Amino acid sequence: MHLHRFEKIWLMLGAGGLALFILLLCVNAFAMGMAPPSNMEMIDPKKVAETPPFDKPGLKQVGDKEYDAYMTAFAFGFSPTKMEVPVGSTVNFHVTSPDVIHGFQIPGTNVNFMVMPGHINSATYTFDKPGEYLIICNEYCGAGHQVMATTIIVK
Amino acid sequence: MVIARKVDTDRLPSTVARPAARLGLSYIWVAYIAFGLAAIAGMVQGMVRGGIMELPSWTNYYQILTAHGVLMALIFTTFFIVGFLLTGVARTTGGSLHKTALGWGWAGWILMVVGTLMAVVTILMNEASVLYTFYAPLKASPFFYIGAALLVVGSWFAGFAVFASYRKWKKENPGKISPLFVFMSVTTFVMWIIATLPVAVEVIFQLIPWSLGISPTINIMLSRTLFWFFGHPLVYFWLMPAYIAWYVCVPRIIGGHVFSDSLSRLAFILLLLFSIPVGFHHQLMEPGISAGWKMIHVTLTLIVVIPSLMTAFSMFAIFETTGRKKGGIGLFGWLKKLPWTDVRFFAPFVGMLFFIPGGAGGIINASNQINAVVHNTIWVTGHFHITVGAAVALTFFGVSFWLIPVLTGRTLTRTANRMGMVQTVFWAVGMFLMSFAMHTMGLSGAPRRTDYTTYMDHPTALGWMDYQRVMAFGGGLLFVAAILLILILVYLTFYAPKGYTEYPIGETEKEQQVPRLLERWPVWIGLVAFLIVMAYGYPIMEQIHHQAPGSPPFKTW
Ligand code: HEM
Ligand SMILES: [Cu+2]
Ligand SMILES: [Cu+2]
Repeated sequence: MHLHRFEKIWLMLGAGGLALFILLLCVNAFAMGMAPPSNMEMIDPKKVAETPPFDKPGLKQVGDKEYDAYMTAFAFGFSPTKMEVPVGSTVNFHVTSPDVIHGFQIPGTNVNFMVMPGHINSATYTFDKPGEYLIICNEYCGAGHQVMATTIIVK
Repeated sequence: MVIARKVDTDRLPSTVARPAARLGLSYIWVAYIAFGLAAIAGMVQGMVRGGIMELPSWTNYYQILTAHGVLMALIFTTFFIVGFLLTGVARTTGGSLHKTALGWGWAGWILMVVGTLMAVVTILMNEASVLYTFYAPLKASPFFYIGAALLVVGSWFAGFAVFASYRKWKKENPGKISPLFVFMSVTTFVMWIIATLPVAVEVIFQLIPWSLGISPTINIMLSRTLFWFFGHPLVYFWLMPAYIAWYVCVPRIIGGHVFSDSLSRLAFILLLLFSIPVGFHHQLMEPGISAGWKMIHVTLTLIVVIPSLMTAFSMFAIFETTGRKKGGIGLFGWLKKLPWTDVRFFAPFVGMLFFIPGGAGGIINASNQINAVVHNTIWVTGHFHITVGAAVALTFFGVSFWLIPVLTGRTLTRTANRMGMVQTVFWAVGMFLMSFAMHTMGLSGAPRRTDYTTYMDHPTALGWMDYQRVMAFGGGLLFVAAILLILILVYLTFYAPKGYTEYPIGETEKEQQVPRLLERWPVWIGLVAFLIVMAYGYPIMEQIHHQAPGSPPFKTW
């Protein structure tokens, strides 16, 4: 098969750039610990309300300025409804759903993941700036999807 | 400007015989009816999100959005593609379809129309506001899923029509390499049939029994994996026919030649191989799939950069060589020699321009970290409106401007051509504004698939409002363009003057050697199977053996 010389150069540059790009993605994910949220824990969606720690959703302090937030996402809201942490806190969000699929997104941050019944998903974020951060559901979940939101206050 | 080219000395008849033409036209008009309805829905969505209008109480945003997604992404595209490819295969295999092919073609049309009606009726009854991705455990009426299954099976029949014509051509031309159009159509349908098998399994073995109450719960993870096994190749099913128009039809329209026969075929084989084993890039933010498997799919996804670069090179090589042959000189002089006022070239060319930022955006979406910034934001909606809604749709419009006259034995008049140019500009500007607003808003976190909301007047959400209005304005322009398009197509179908119109099929300038290997289907299908088993075998086995407790159905709308 005949390849034009310019096409060879074009494709080689493209393939080289691509290889470099993929390498960087791998380094990012596996050497620098920035893999996408991929929690493998499971839970019975019909028993979320009686399975600790999701029976009592809320913030738990686990270290100096570090918190675990156990939350449920349901049609059409999040629990707990009020959360407050001091500036500079690191929060590990752990979220599950007792009904349909929801999303969990904090606009302006990189916290953005799917909440699926039967699974627990997680992400961590350090809130360095004070403010009232919006938490929204970004996966269609039914007629009230557009009101499904809460906030976390960072003081 | 030359619209109807003089009959050339081609041995092949450059039109399509009546029975095949009637079949093609039937597919194409179902496509445009769906398109017209979906365009109304699209405009309404823009207005609602922009805060310009409120919906009456007998409907809701998500019902309309489901209609828009299903009618545009599934019905308009699939029907148009089948109509285009079947007529092109007829044109390049002697001008007609034989009985077997016509039989499969019509059987497919009937199944697809019945399936479409079932889906549309359930959506209208508000029994299926599950959006076009129908994620369980949202449960639609069983008839919605049965409709979807019929649509898929019908499209397989259309594929069998293409395969039957191919086999017939092979028998009549032993030892010869198939026409490029036929080869590409066969590749597209091989890809499509392999890719739709898992969604058929999801619908038939998971969703239908569960929605009928026969099985009480459903394995959510598996259903999503099967869906995205199909969901990504679906976008290649839209793209490959557009590529066929670019590789085969556009060169002829501009009076040039196919750049390289073998490279065009190789690009399609690469698309066949690397469009399927990649679905996890739609599930990057999900629990239950390990980071390692996600990375494997991301890597396979990005390989598609290679055939995309090959296509970009071929296109501009065709434009440059043709422009130079017509006397264009200097570094860019050839650009001036291209037929800018011929909508058959202009519309797909504008589509190609949209594909450049579209491809760049795709690389962003597929990157497993950056995806967290854009996942499920309206950035994604902006992305697929410039890829499928602009690049692919504009190419399909450009094709329709000559294909409908070919099929009805009419001509594209000067005025119709000029109206087509106006239509193209309106569509392009509308898409540009709407998608620009969507991309920007998405980067600041605005979610997709969400009714008008200010989240209790939260400042972050209020910051999106100006962009929502730009999006609505773009949607308005798009709606005008859609009406104009339908009017032009009605004119071309029923009123344009009778006359000869060529079905443009490009050829290479000189006889070119094509490696036989490219047409050894067992090799390629074997490789596809191998890649699929590598990418999906273990994860799917895990999802079955180690599944989360199942989910009962929910109707939350
Ligand atoms: C008249 C032109 C069009 C307008 C005004 C329009 C407008 C819109 C808007 C505003 C949305 C976003 C809704 C949301 O996420 O809240 C949307 C979604 C969508 N559009 Fe379009 N669009 C048009 C044409 C097209 C075309 C040509 C296609 C594909 C062939 C298409 C496919 C889709 C799909 C698949 C969705 C996503 C549905 C979902 O998220 O479930 N649209 N459209
Ligand atoms: Cu939601
Ligand atoms: Cu994809």
